[in-house]
Amino acid sequence: MLSQQIEALRASFREALAKADTKEALEAVRVSFLGKKGPISDLMKGLRDLSPEEKKDAGQWINALKTEAEAAVAEKGKALEEAALAAAIRSAKKFNPTLPREASHGSYHPITLVSRDVNRIFSTMGFTVEDYVEITDDYHCFEALNIPKHHPARDMQDTYYIENGQLLKTHTSAAQNHIMRKYGAPLRAIFPGRCFRNEAIDACHENTFFQMEGMMIDKDVSISNLIYFMKTMLSEVFGADLSVRLRPGFFPFTEPGFELDISCTICGGKGCPSCKNTGWLELCPCGMIHPNVLREGGIDPEVYTGFAFGLGMTRLAMMKYGVKDIRDFNSGSLKALSQFDAK
Amino acid sequence: MLFSMNWIRDFVDLSGLDIPALIHRFTLSTAEVEDVYFKGADVSGVIVARIVSCEAHPSSDHLHLLKVDTGSGIVDCVCGAPNAREGLTVAFATVGGTVPTPSGALTIAARKVAGYPSEGMCCSEAELGISDDNSGLWELPADLPLGTDVKAIYDVDDIVFEVDNKSLTNRPDLWGHYGIAREFAAMTGRALLPVPKVELTAFDHLPPVEIDVRDALAYRYIGIKAENVTVHESPMQMKIRLYYCGSRAINFLADLTNYVMMELGQPMHAFDLRKVDKIEVQRFEKPFSFVTLDHEEREIGSETLMITSNDEPVAIAGIKGGLASGIADDTTSLLLESATFDGVSVRRSGVALGLRTDASMRYEKMLDPELAPVASARFLYLLTKIDAGATVISAATDKYLFRYPTIEIDIDKAYYDRYTGIDIPTDRIEVTLRALGFGVVRTGDALHVTVPSWRATKDVSIKADLIEEVTRIYGYDNFEIKTSVSPLYPVREDRGREADDVAKDVLVKSFGYHEVHSYLWCDAARYKDLGIALPQNPRIINAQTPDHDTLRASMIPTLLSFLAENRGFAPAYGLFEVGKTVHGFAADGSCDEHKALGIALYDKTVSEEEAFLTVRDAVVAIIRAVTHKTPVFAVLDEPADFMHPANAFAITVDGVTLGALSVLHPAVKAKLDKKAAVAFAEMDMATLASLPVAPIRYKTPSRFPAIEIDFSFVADPAAVNFDELCALCREVGGALLTDISVVDVYEGEGGSSIALRFVFSSDERTLAKAELAPYTDAILAALGARGLKIKE
Repeated sequence: MLSQQIEALRASFREALAKADTKEALEAVRVSFLGKKGPISDLMKGLRDLSPEEKKDAGQWINALKTEAEAAVAEKGKALEEAALAAAIRSAKKFNPTLPREASHGSYHPITLVSRDVNRIFSTMGFTVEDYVEITDDYHCFEALNIPKHHPARDMQDTYYIENGQLLKTHTSAAQNHIMRKYGAPLRAIFPGRCFRNEAIDACHENTFFQMEGMMIDKDVSISNLIYFMKTMLSEVFGADLSVRLRPGFFPFTEPGFELDISCTICGGKGCPSCKNTGWLELCPCGMIHPNVLREGGIDPEVYTGFAFGLGMTRLAMMKYGVKDIRDFNSGSLKALSQFDAK
Repeated sequence: MLFSMNWIRDFVDLSGLDIPALIHRFTLSTAEVEDVYFKGADVSGVIVARIVSCEAHPSSDHLHLLKVDTGSGIVDCVCGAPNAREGLTVAFATVGGTVPTPSGALTIAARKVAGYPSEGMCCSEAELGISDDNSGLWELPADLPLGTDVKAIYDVDDIVFEVDNKSLTNRPDLWGHYGIAREFAAMTGRALLPVPKVELTAFDHLPPVEIDVRDALAYRYIGIKAENVTVHESPMQMKIRLYYCGSRAINFLADLTNYVMMELGQPMHAFDLRKVDKIEVQRFEKPFSFVTLDHEEREIGSETLMITSNDEPVAIAGIKGGLASGIADDTTSLLLESATFDGVSVRRSGVALGLRTDASMRYEKMLDPELAPVASARFLYLLTKIDAGATVISAATDKYLFRYPTIEIDIDKAYYDRYTGIDIPTDRIEVTLRALGFGVVRTGDALHVTVPSWRATKDVSIKADLIEEVTRIYGYDNFEIKTSVSPLYPVREDRGREADDVAKDVLVKSFGYHEVHSYLWCDAARYKDLGIALPQNPRIINAQTPDHDTLRASMIPTLLSFLAENRGFAPAYGLFEVGKTVHGFAADGSCDEHKALGIALYDKTVSEEEAFLTVRDAVVAIIRAVTHKTPVFAVLDEPADFMHPANAFAITVDGVTLGALSVLHPAVKAKLDKKAAVAFAEMDMATLASLPVAPIRYKTPSRFPAIEIDFSFVADPAAVNFDELCALCREVGGALLTDISVVDVYEGEGGSSIALRFVFSSDERTLAKAELAPYTDAILAALGARGLKIKE
């Protein structure tokens, strides 16, 4: 009798469970069968009236039913939850990552980008990065660099003069004396800065441009070291193992002075229109610092030697980014400058 | 400058060597070769031939029908040259031969010209590329054997290379072929041959030339007279060389002075002896006009050194001769000048006259006075060789007033080793120096070096110069590349640059602004467009345009122009620049230069106040990032004329003013853009970088919950100084008050209000709201006393 009762109850539970297709319905089924006032609970209470033998069997049957019911509710609950999640995902709004929106990306000036590159490279090689003024005087720009008055080298540089006799520096070399006086020897420093030449502006010429000067002074710094540092630095800057070559070049503040060429970055040295089929690009003047310049900087040329170089940062930026018109740099045009929006 | 290898090979035997490779070597050892021209390469099959008959073309007014004897037969040729005539010996391009044209070699074919067969071409000099004379056929001497290739008789073939004059500025000795030949001799280890010349002492018995040098700007002046010159046209070989090197043939004597100049680098001048028979060198107090050889009338100032004859000006010393005294077609006697003038003076006079000549360019480089007699002797050698009848009729009269000192330098191999970083044997050093003309006395590894006169005028004076002489010939591409062995020292960071970088990063990455660059000077036109007055500031005295002569005092006006010019780029954009400004003159008279950061924001989508606050936020973010401090803003006493008088604020940290924050003056705004909000700020970056950095003081966060209490007050937000208000609340709020923030600012109908949030917390326990009442009461009382009443 009791067993029939239990089987009937199991059947009706299964039927009710199968019909429950929402969380709420399932909860109702759970309460109606497994709740404290539910039939299973009633059956448990009915066990009191049974004989010990009957009680043992009946207890097992009822417990089996209860365990089955609880497991089935839990399982059904989990299934319903998964179905609900799946339904939510199915019905979710699909987003469009290509939808255009106004977003503000800032940009660095290309000179800042190439300067940071070069500064980083030299910092790792133990060079101090120094600042220098834009307005200086005849002494720093010329005299201290072994360029006396009436020297033809001054012909090469058309200088902006200020009414008080000062001038706008025509090259970053103007900082050499200042840096030597500030630090003395030994010395490793680079000094990026803005330079000025009084000339008409066109696509290839600017009266305002950036250079970076570097100096290394110590006992026994040699031409061989100069070639090494220039090759290493320029290979880093261009991200390729470049060849460099030195040619004699004349600068009053170096002796010997060199023009440094790099293997053409466009053709790799095979020859192309960019390098006039020579395989080489003229990149930077450099040389061993002239003893007069060291002496003027308070450094004894009999004890110390050094090299210096000047790198055209504006030219470097043009080469690196393929800027054809130098005027873009000072144009303030965001159509041009906002393109430099990554490191 | 153009250099002919044929000419160079007069002085150094380069046989068996690869000439183009040598020219490349020249680039690496001496000066950059910009171009190499293979002259005569397109000339082939051009022979000596003779016109044996010449008839007019029946229906052409200028064509001739020729029979030409090529030495191996007679061929027909139709020719339009005006000087074609029977018996003329010509250069004849045979069928299959080539002549140069601008578009490459042209191959001669047998064809009909104007109805008649033509089997070759009689050539002008220009058609063969050996001169620019295209007036008629090249007339060859009648005694040349017919059928001979013209290249076997004339140096049509040559390799000519071009060097930029600029790369020779420091080398006066390289302004002639002989100096270049010396370089090739040193590079190849071959001998440099002497220059064939006469002995000037041979004329010592002749009467001297009257020469009176009255000015120390003339270092040396040699004058020689010669007569009976009957040759008026230069030999073809000479003409070809002059032409290949960029000079036009004029007449024999003028060409010869040019030839010697291009060979030795010494400018010379030939006066017509009929006009000039004595020489003075002097300057004139009063300006006067003088007509030079090129028929130009020129104003001569008191700085310009002149050659005169009987006080009549006949030439501008070292620059150009006069028209009246120059060599004419009928000149048969001359007074030859070979002189040295002060280089600086020649350059200055040239600049004053706007005249730069082949001669003046050489003098500017500081010529060697020892070259003057050599050039005279060379000139006379060539003159008498080409014109056997020409006779010297004076002594070579030499006024030598300024001598450069002899330069001697002691150097040793150890010095070379230290400077080069490589091992160049002493033998090699000695051989190289000798090849370049240096005198060397060697003792072991020590060298006592005498600088040759042609390098001693300014070029070589110290040991480092001798390093270069050896290393450039040794070849930098033969150097071993080595890193330095100097010890490493700590890198000293420049705080100023670091602050610039931080500011740029904040503006680009956090605010999305764009970095721009502009000029150091004000653009007067742009200032005018915006109605901004040019500052009273130091000025450039030689600006390209007066519009660009005033140095900028502020970064902002240019940024404002940039804002206006970029309208249409986007509805909103921010710009900034780190650059230099000048604040008048400093006490010592120098320009007071500052490094400044300018920021400017253009925004069509927000209110002016919103734009102002965004720029304020940027300023605060930069200052916090650099100094870890928060600035305060106080009304600016004297705003610039482009700033809004009511809304201009000084940016101050620890009592140090860094710059200003403002929006546009309404008058400027009206000119820039009425519809957009514009705000800007400027800060002195050096001052910012000099501020001490506030350290980060870490405090362990309380583990107990905080209590937040909000109050709303009736107040006009514009009239409240939030900085002061917060400070006041902190004063009376007790130790448990850990934060105050503004949670709402309301301005609108029914009045305005602000809502403040007070956060209390303890490190030791959970607070009860009731225990805070005394503090909130104190805060409310303090604020009430300031006119802030609780909103009902």
